[in-house]
Amino acid sequence: MTDSKYFTTTKKGEIFELKAELNSDKKEKKKEAVKKVIASMTVGKDVSALFPDVVNCMQTDNLELKKLVYLYLMNYAKSQPDMAIMAVNTFVKDCEDPNPLIRALAVRTMGCIRVDKITEYLCEPLRKCLKDEDPYVRKTAAVCVAKLHDINAQLVEDQGFLDTLKDLISDSNPMVVANAVAALSEIAESHPSSNLLDLNPQSINKLLTALNECTEWGQIFILDCLANYTPKDDREAQSICERVTPRLSHANSAVVLSAVKVLMKFMEMLSKDLDYYGTLLKKLAPPLVTLLSAEPELQYVALRNINLIVQKRPEILKHEMKVFFVKYNDPIYVKLEKLDIMIRLASQANIAQVLAELKEYATEVDVDFVRKAVRAIGRCAIKVEQSAERCVSTLLDLIQTKVNYVVQEAIVVIKDIFRKYPNKYESVIATLCENLDSLDEPEARAAMIWIVGEYAERIDNADELLESFLEGFHDESTQVQLQLLTAIVKLFLKKPTETQELVQQVLSLATQDSDNPDLRDRGYIYWRLLSTDPVAAKEVVLAEKPLISEETDLIEPTLLDELICYIGTLASVYHKPPSAFVEGGRGVVHKSLPPRTASSESTESPEMAPAGAPPGEQLDVIPTQGDLLGDLLNLDLGPPVSGPPLATSSVQMGAVDLLGGGLDSLMGDEPEGIGAPNFVAPPAATVPANLGAPMGSGLSDLFDLTSGVGTLSGSYVAPKAVWLPAMKAKGLEISGTFTRQVGSISMDLQLTNKALQVMTDFAIQFNRNSFGLAPAAPLQVHAPLSPNQTVEISLPLNTVGSVMKMEPLNNLQVAVKNNIDVFYFSTLYPLHILFVEDGKMGES
Amino acid sequence: MSTIEHFMPLLMQREEEGALTLLLSHGGVHFLWIKYSNLYLVATTLKNVNASLVYSFLYKTVEIFSEYFKELEEESIQDNSVIIYELLDELMDFSFPQTTDSKILQEYITQQGNKLEVGKSRVLPTVTSAVSWCSEGARYKKNEVFIDVIELVNLLVNANGSVLLSEIVGTIKPKVFLSGMPELQLGLNDHVLFEITGQSKNKPVELEDVKFHQCAWLSRFNND
Repeated sequence: MTDSKYFTTTKKGEIFELKAELNSDKKEKKKEAVKKVIASMTVGKDVSALFPDVVNCMQTDNLELKKLVYLYLMNYAKSQPDMAIMAVNTFVKDCEDPNPLIRALAVRTMGCIRVDKITEYLCEPLRKCLKDEDPYVRKTAAVCVAKLHDINAQLVEDQGFLDTLKDLISDSNPMVVANAVAALSEIAESHPSSNLLDLNPQSINKLLTALNECTEWGQIFILDCLANYTPKDDREAQSICERVTPRLSHANSAVVLSAVKVLMKFMEMLSKDLDYYGTLLKKLAPPLVTLLSAEPELQYVALRNINLIVQKRPEILKHEMKVFFVKYNDPIYVKLEKLDIMIRLASQANIAQVLAELKEYATEVDVDFVRKAVRAIGRCAIKVEQSAERCVSTLLDLIQTKVNYVVQEAIVVIKDIFRKYPNKYESVIATLCENLDSLDEPEARAAMIWIVGEYAERIDNADELLESFLEGFHDESTQVQLQLLTAIVKLFLKKPTETQELVQQVLSLATQDSDNPDLRDRGYIYWRLLSTDPVAAKEVVLAEKPLISEETDLIEPTLLDELICYIGTLASVYHKPPSAFVEGGRGVVHKSLPPRTASSESTESPEMAPAGAPPGEQLDVIPTQGDLLGDLLNLDLGPPVSGPPLATSSVQMGAVDLLGGGLDSLMGDEPEGIGAPNFVAPPAATVPANLGAPMGSGLSDLFDLTSGVGTLSGSYVAPKAVWLPAMKAKGLEISGTFTRQVGSISMDLQLTNKALQVMTDFAIQFNRNSFGLAPAAPLQVHAPLSPNQTVEISLPLNTVGSVMKMEPLNNLQVAVKNNIDVFYFSTLYPLHILFVEDGKMGES
Repeated sequence: MSTIEHFMPLLMQREEEGALTLLLSHGGVHFLWIKYSNLYLVATTLKNVNASLVYSFLYKTVEIFSEYFKELEEESIQDNSVIIYELLDELMDFSFPQTTDSKILQEYITQQGNKLEVGKSRVLPTVTSAVSWCSEGARYKKNEVFIDVIELVNLLVNANGSVLLSEIVGTIKPKVFLSGMPELQLGLNDHVLFEITGQSKNKPVELEDVKFHQCAWLSRFNND
């Protein structure tokens, strides 16, 4: 007899019949009836009308029946809160049952009933169960605390359950420990600020001990929890790594990935000179490779993570290229991901093999895969210069196959190869032109047109080719139209005599007959350029272009670091930070890799250690995005004065001018702030003569600290803190502190470029604040800041800016501009920087 | 309309568009799914969950259901709905996987629907003990061990016939009938084979990576 019969009763008056059966005296009949009810519930029928009758069956010795009734309760209690109260007594009684299975069942079910009234009654039984003698009950109770917290967080805190839960981390039973860790992590996730897990070397030691004994799932909870810890120095990091490494041999892929996460994160703290560092690198490769023998979904998760790991530490898998060769029966998502990793691992050493593989892939049947393979060949050419020629000839072979999508894809990548190695492979253009007619995808058409325009002087019939595209101008996509416009203008500038008519035609098509603003604007710009100064036009349009970089699709370094902290999770699969796909603020804590803090070699990198913010902590960004921010947002920051300022009093005025009208809105109420030219920053290099001057008067010693001697007056200087994380500022990271030296205040800034492009044109502006703090000189970054470069700047401040009371009083809102964007952050300054050293209080 | 009801339409739609991905999402809910014969096993989440844990768990569920019902298909799910509820209850609590060893589960969730009497029933100590894969106090008349070795050979050859990649993924599956809970050591010896085939002993077989079942002492293996 099977359960399927319960699903088939569809007679009329069913509910009525069930009611009668539920109230039957016979135990067997009762149980059958409850099973029918559950079956109806499972297929979505509303059987809530039977609530009292089902609850009546709750008091039974039969465990199976009890489970079914509990199941029913979980489903319907919320819709019948008043009646659910009827069940409370039985729950409380069951929590005292001599059978631990029943005690656990009761406490597990109660936590799933999301009715406020019931949760009140839940507290006492839960408290007992948390201290139950049976570990099975304790581990269930630990999870119940997390459930209850989800319903009523305040209640859990008031009842002191969190402390009991913390105590369970020291429980003798590993499964209880694991569940306590899981519950605490879950709760901590919704309270990023609370120091709930309070990890310290002692508790870490307990967790590491439990790690060896608990179930595979428990190991995952513990490893994920360990990943949130920041060891105090490299020794502690190493000792944790040593104890986590054995997990790499676990059969469960999830355990392996969580262990990899801990190791990748803590490795950041180890010096590369350590022997252990090299050992660890070697140990990581085999487990990662073995993950590729798991089920396809797990393979995919592993590959997405390997993709991150390869970008972060390419040395781990650099010799393992072959394992990423696709198998014929790999699912397509695995194939595509493997391909991506192959390109990342491609180097001069293995390029021949990779190319041979890619060429095979390009003849497969799956269109998406073939396209990506062709693109990969192009990427190899750009990445490994020595292979470029071979890649181009491979691509030409592929074009000869005349398979439509292969040809189009090949042309798109050849365009990129031209952009990387100009004037090297134009001999292939003739072959490309032969395939002109078969191109029907916009991207391929645009690429072809670009090539024709770029090399117009070497293609005899360039004008005919372009003219042929022009016929259907309005049916083309925007991408193609723009490309066509540019290409024809290029052609005209190269061969002005023959193509005047053509250029007229395209300009009028673009400016008069098109609705697309981009196209019109570009058309007008070219038109005016050509009509006012053709020589200038030539210089502009035919200017030498920068080469494209080797790696075009790398993940931005700060994002990559964050994603490394999320190995194994959805974020690592999406390659997006959790904030991008988790709705609401819950559970979104910005994570970052730990800074390197060495125990023995504290002198090694003084600027690194204190600058990093503690990971897992929300960084101090402007708290309320209110009206104040509005003011700042309207600011139109201009470029900074380049070069050292010339005349003393004009500097600030100059800065004001450059910073534009936005300043008026910021300082509008108190114009005296602008008028008085007070302090001026002489270029740092001119002041070293004043270094020794103690407490002097006059302007120059105000700024003597800019020359870098920091210990003159012994005033306390807080270590630099990260004010603006790179995540929030398109790769610009700012950390800083405030100092006061011999009567002058300054803001010591450290700007780090974590983006992939050069940053220039820095400027800074403060919002009105409680003490009128304002920059006394423009922010001077003399040279462009290239990627991964850090520059230290001391910005002199004065207190003559506009005053407005801030909350808290020492809050300062700052806008920083560079060539990329304007960024905002706020920080608190220590009040002592405002105090004068002689103890007399100034008027202002 | 409950969340899961969005899943099938979404899946169909994506399949039709040819844009089926492993991760589907709808209104902030992410679906992580696997397909087993004609069944979809779906996990839903709102958060940034540990995806590898979810997929491992889904596969584990398939494994356990298959051991319980022999064949896991639509019919067996209908036939065993009550047991499935019971099993899910033990397998996972508040999205934390719990006991997933089918041997242990079978000792207290039995096919026929157990009728435990008050007082007599107890939680098996194995459920929460460090040894969660076999129960204590096992006694066998005849102590014996059967070992299955299953090897999977992967070979990748290019069009010219040269071997690009060759690997053996082997599994050793012991079936143990030993009384008590003895600790066993497993050693692999390649000398015998080499002597038979007359190959030189200088080049031993190298295992690039080994993975162990939960029951192995990983840290001890690592140290030796």
